[in-house]
Order: sequence, then C-alpha cells, then structure tokens
Amino acid sequence: MTDEKKFTTISIPTPLANKIKKRIDGTGFTSLSSYVTYVLREVISGVEEETQEAFSKEDEKRVKTRLRALGYLD
Amino acid sequence: MPNPHGGKLITRKIEKKADDLKDYPTIKINTNLSEDILNIANGVFSPLEGFTVYNDLENIVGEKRLSDDTPWTIPILLDYHKINEIKEGDTVLLTNDETGVKAILEIEDIYDYDQKKIAESVFRTIDEKHPGVSLLYNMNNKFIGGKITLVENKTREFDEYNLSPMETRTLFKEKGWKEIVAFQTRNPPHIGHEYVQKAALTIVDGLFINPIIGKKKPGDFRDDVILKSYEALIDNYYPKQRATMSILRTSMKYGGPSEAIHHAIMRKNFGCTHFIVGRDHAGVGSYYGPYDAHEIFNEFPDLGIKPIFFRSFSRCKKCNSVVNDKICPHGPEDQINFSGKNIRALLNQGKVPPEDMMRKEVAEAILGFKQAFVE
Repeated sequence: MTDEKKFTTISIPTPLANKIKKRIDGTGFTSLSSYVTYVLREVISGVEEETQEAFSKEDEKRVKTRLRALGYLD
Repeated sequence: MPNPHGGKLITRKIEKKADDLKDYPTIKINTNLSEDILNIANGVFSPLEGFTVYNDLENIVGEKRLSDDTPWTIPILLDYHKINEIKEGDTVLLTNDETGVKAILEIEDIYDYDQKKIAESVFRTIDEKHPGVSLLYNMNNKFIGGKITLVENKTREFDEYNLSPMETRTLFKEKGWKEIVAFQTRNPPHIGHEYVQKAALTIVDGLFINPIIGKKKPGDFRDDVILKSYEALIDNYYPKQRATMSILRTSMKYGGPSEAIHHAIMRKNFGCTHFIVGRDHAGVGSYYGPYDAHEIFNEFPDLGIKPIFFRSFSRCKKCNSVVNDKICPHGPEDQINFSGKNIRALLNQGKVPPEDMMRKEVAEAILGFKQAFVE
C-alpha cells in the first residue's frame, strides 16, 4: 500500500479554462478536471504505439499447428 | 488488430516438477478462482498478472481503473484462506481438483476491504439478493493480492473449442482480418441474433462468436447444445472465411454496466476491435436500466475496443424483415418479439420453432440432443 498522490495539478490558460467551463455546462462532466482528464485519455490512447506481439516464432509455429489440427486453419 | 489491454499480452506459465512444489503451503481454491487463474495465465485478463492488490482495488472501486490508470471495472479477488499463518512475501500453491489447476502465488499483500464498498462500485447495489453481491458477501472480507504463475491444468471437455488470446490473434492474422467484432452469448442463436451478428459483420472483416461456458442453472441450455447449434448456423449461413467461434470460461457476475466493460476488455485481448453490447448486457432482475451497459462506455475514451450498441429487435410483419426501433416505422402491434422463452418452450416439447424465429438447421441440432437443458 502506498500513499502516492492520486492527482496532480496542471496549469492551463484561464481563458481556455473559461471556455471549457462553458462548454461542459449541462453535460455529464462534473468539473473542468473531469473534462480535461477525459480529453487527455482519449488523445493518449490514440497515439499509443503498436506493441510487438509478445510471442516467439516457436510459439507462433506451435499455435498454428494447433489451429490446423482443430480445423480453425486450412 | 488492437494492442492487448494495458499494452502487453500476459503469459504466466512455468514448467515445474512435483518435487519442486512440495515445500509450498497449499491452498485449495474453488473452480471459479481457478478459472480466474487460467484467464490471467493465458492473457485473457491482460494486463493483470495476478489477484488484485490493495492499491488496484482502491482504484477500481474509486475510478474504475487500475492504479496505472488502465480501465478496469471488475476486481479479480482471492479471499483469505487461513492456512499455515501465511503472510505477505510468502509463496503458496493454489490448487483445484476440477480444473486440475496448480499455480504458484507470490503474496504481495493481505488486506481488509469493505465488501459493501466494492458492491456499491461494481454492482451499483449492496442488495445481497443480487447474485454477484451475494457471491462477494460469501467471500472472506480479507483478501490476498499477488502475481500467479500457472504450473499445470488438466485437459477438459470442449478444449477443442478453447483458444487463448495468443491463438485467436494468430488466427485473425492468418485469416487477414484487421477489424473483428466479438459477440458474446449464453444461448443458441435465433434469427434476431443472426441479424445482429450479420449487421455488425457488414462493417468489419470477421465475426468472433465467443460463448461463455461454465456453471449453469437448471433450465439453461447445455454447453454442448449451444456449441452445436452455433456450428449449424455457421456451417449453413455464414461465409466460412468470415466467422469463427471459440469458448470463454469465466463466471458471470451479473454486474451489468461494469461487466460489459470487463467483457469488452477480454475480447480486446482476444484481438477484437469491436464488441456487440445488447440491451441490459450482463444484467439481472431490475438492478440496471436497459441501456446502462451502453452509457458506461462514454466514461472510457481510452478503452481501445469499440462498442456496437444494439437495442431490442423484432420481426416486423409489415416490413417482412428483422428490425429494430431505429429502422422500422411500424408500431408494436406489427412486431413479433424474439422470445427466448417461447422458443425454449417449443424446443422443450420437441417442436421445431417457426423458421422466422429460428433456423431449421439450428433447431434440428438442438433437438438432436436427448436432453438439451440443464437438469
């Protein structure tokens, strides 16, 4: 168990903050922070690099053999 | 194909001789927990490497995310079993006779947690009549978190339909599918299911039918009946190069919206880009609104798998086709709902349902069983 801080503060220009406050009025977003968090999560997930498949050539060969034996692959 | 959830497909398996395990204290666990171990070890629950630790549970309950901000809605809990005074830092052996699971657990933490707080967050209710809440309350309120490594498990019925995420990802790649839609089911298909699957398949490359297999209640269709009925549908009505099926062994929690996210994450790990979410997905009784399981997806812009939402669908006598409320202008008086209850009643009497409700080949596959229902 750690006491690591769960939230941090980021500064954005006040006029932008005011625009966002207007924009989220009447939406499901309860605060400026929840909106900014949502947008950042969306942006970050969109730019995540494709990871290499974690399995080796041997794994792949074994997997293909099983898939063929079970009729999943011709 | 999407990255595995959290960025890495987890595999946690090791070969060890019986002699290497004899010094570990042994804890006998139930079958559901052993299924959780298999799903962790095979990467179905990626990025989890073990049972939920305190920090992750605290974050799941508060934020519906792991402590590293990865979306996660259902904690995978191992409750405390008082044996040999185990403590944090110990290594123990978890075993189950039914699945033959033997797995090493490195205990990271042992902690108390308010079950009502978990229930409120995961199930949106603390009512003990809710089946998921009831299961949770039946656990010890002291939990063990830590990484597991699978040492062995035994061959089981339906293993020929059981593919790991590594296998489905290889399969999709070999088939040349880039966009794959997953369909979850616990019943044989009627015409409405076929309509939903084909509507979704129209916009992607492949359809992955993924029935949940396991503990059932009396009156439910048997697992082998579900599999054979889907084989009949695929063989007769789906292009061979566009549809495939494998099973998922996991227990239903009836967590409605939370479980819909969990179900989507598992399908992302299998390599799917889209997931079909129906009306009252994974719901039970009247604990959730009919579209709560749709709305929750708005909270996860970073989920990495796209939900495809379907509302209720029926056969419209005027349109003479399968419709839903978005595409049909006619009223309920012109529509016949696909009633699972009615179809089940006909099958129970040995009768083939009308062809506008269920394909003849599917019905015949079901009726080919002496006993199609769990007794």
